[in-house]
Amino acid sequence: MLSDDALDRLRQVTQWPDLTGTRYELRGELARGGMGVVYVARDRELERDVALKLIAVEAADADTASRLRREARTMARLEHPGIVPVHDVGELADGRVFYAMKLVSGKRLDELVEGGLPLRERLRVLLRICEPVAFAHAHGVIHRDLKPENVMVGPFGEVLVMDWGVAKHRPEPPAASGEAPATASPAPHATAHGTIVGTPAYMSPEQARGDVERVDARSDVYALGAILYFMLAGRAPGRPPASPDAPTHTWVRPRSMGVAPGIAAPHELVPDLPRPLEAICLKALALEPERRYAGVARLRSRALSGRRARVRLSGRAAGPRPPFREPASNANRARARVRRHARRAAAGGAGVTW
Amino acid sequence: MAFPETHRSVVLAVRSPDAQERARALEAVASAYWRPVYRHVRYRWRAREEEAEDLAQGFFAAALEKGWLARYDPARGRFRSYLLACLEAYVANEKRAGRRLKRGGGAFRVPLEGTDADGEPRELQIADGTDLEAEFQREWARGLFALAVDALRARCAGTSRAVAFALFERYDLEDHDAASRPRYAELATEFSLPVTQVTNHLHWARRELRTTVLEKLRAITASEEEFRAEARALLGAEPS
Repeated sequence: MLSDDALDRLRQVTQWPDLTGTRYELRGELARGGMGVVYVARDRELERDVALKLIAVEAADADTASRLRREARTMARLEHPGIVPVHDVGELADGRVFYAMKLVSGKRLDELVEGGLPLRERLRVLLRICEPVAFAHAHGVIHRDLKPENVMVGPFGEVLVMDWGVAKHRPEPPAASGEAPATASPAPHATAHGTIVGTPAYMSPEQARGDVERVDARSDVYALGAILYFMLAGRAPGRPPASPDAPTHTWVRPRSMGVAPGIAAPHELVPDLPRPLEAICLKALALEPERRYAGVARLRSRALSGRRARVRLSGRAAGPRPPFREPASNANRARARVRRHARRAAAGGAGVTW
Repeated sequence: MAFPETHRSVVLAVRSPDAQERARALEAVASAYWRPVYRHVRYRWRAREEEAEDLAQGFFAAALEKGWLARYDPARGRFRSYLLACLEAYVANEKRAGRRLKRGGGAFRVPLEGTDADGEPRELQIADGTDLEAEFQREWARGLFALAVDALRARCAGTSRAVAFALFERYDLEDHDAASRPRYAELATEFSLPVTQVTNHLHWARRELRTTVLEKLRAITASEEEFRAEARALLGAEPS
């Protein structure tokens, strides 16, 4: 009788798609997600290996087919070193759509972090992730599913943002500002209101609510904050601790930042974290989009400063540290000034002028 | 026990007015379901090896005798679920009655590799919380693939495709961990073939296996709808 391993393997190899009529020859399965499967295939014409992505048969329908085509077009449109180039789109004999892309070797970010990637290197990767995401935003594309599993780090340190399958588009490219948080207007293929796409642990609150109209570049800022959180704390925000001995938290600090409930401040999980980085992370994770960074470029520049601060802080004696708060926006700063003066006035502080 | 070389559903043939055809159809059903039935009895009812064999044997004999399978209505769900419900009722009844009878001269007995090799009854290990229906389905899939592999082996034996089956056996059937699985280039050296031929042979064998599994599946499903649903679950395939 067949062993468990043999049965699994037979089920796998008999599921492999029939590539007859294409220029590709199947070599093996690379990865399998909720809907899609990625195979390694040989391009006989160009004599090189490529990655072929197609929808798993059980998920194949007209909607997923058009989603895959859209993903291929999105990636083809976004020519950037941090986005995998698409070579070809086609249809198999069984009617399923596929696209061929560059075969990327390397490791997923989550694997690298879990494998002990040094903090300095994690921050370098974060900065590199920001680049293609900011580029996509400038071209009217919001990724909507940024997470460590969708980031590949190549053997030469190259960083690639993968899986643009649920990206949201603006019909016309906007002015290349990169900082515009403008909401992507509904396109013919737009996700209907109330539809939730993305990965819960890395999903912005507006995405989690299915509030499609409010999803914009700042939703990706949230996801990048969640990735930074994962890099600092070793787990996704809001996710229960891996070991029963790890501390648990039911609310977040600093509360005034309005971070989603259930997210513990990273330093409570990893006490000696550089506080500037934590503050950047928590600001990106703010509950309301208005309280996050207005764009990825801003988050990137703050993370760059945070990284420098981390270097300056290294070697400082451990001990209690004052709370560190990422600077607020001008409006928030003005409101804080009013509150501060009101408090002083109420306390009867003499000689207060402003 | 051979599967009938026909695409006609044996699940429907168990209703045939011809007694011989009914018996042949049940035999085919038993060959696909013997192992899942046997293991389910062992898991679910904590039966020891010999008792489970007797109960499985008795179940198929009673199914033929009492025409249970002929009463299956495809409109009301999958045949596998119906058969499992019949089995549950049968074993519960037998247990209640305290019976443990040897049945029918071994008419539906299928040897179970590895379970009785040492002659000692062994307890199957089962983790708490195991989904017994999923386990039943997995054993059913295992049985179906095993039948298809046997058919493919028989089809290739003594023909020019024998090398294709040998490669398939070596690469896909033998247990290897990721590190020790032979590479195509190593197989090419071992079989004195160019690597492209290795690729072609493996591709052919896998495609044939898939076709054969679908043939077997068609035989043990009652409707086109059930066949397609099972094919999707088993192969992730929309059968053509």
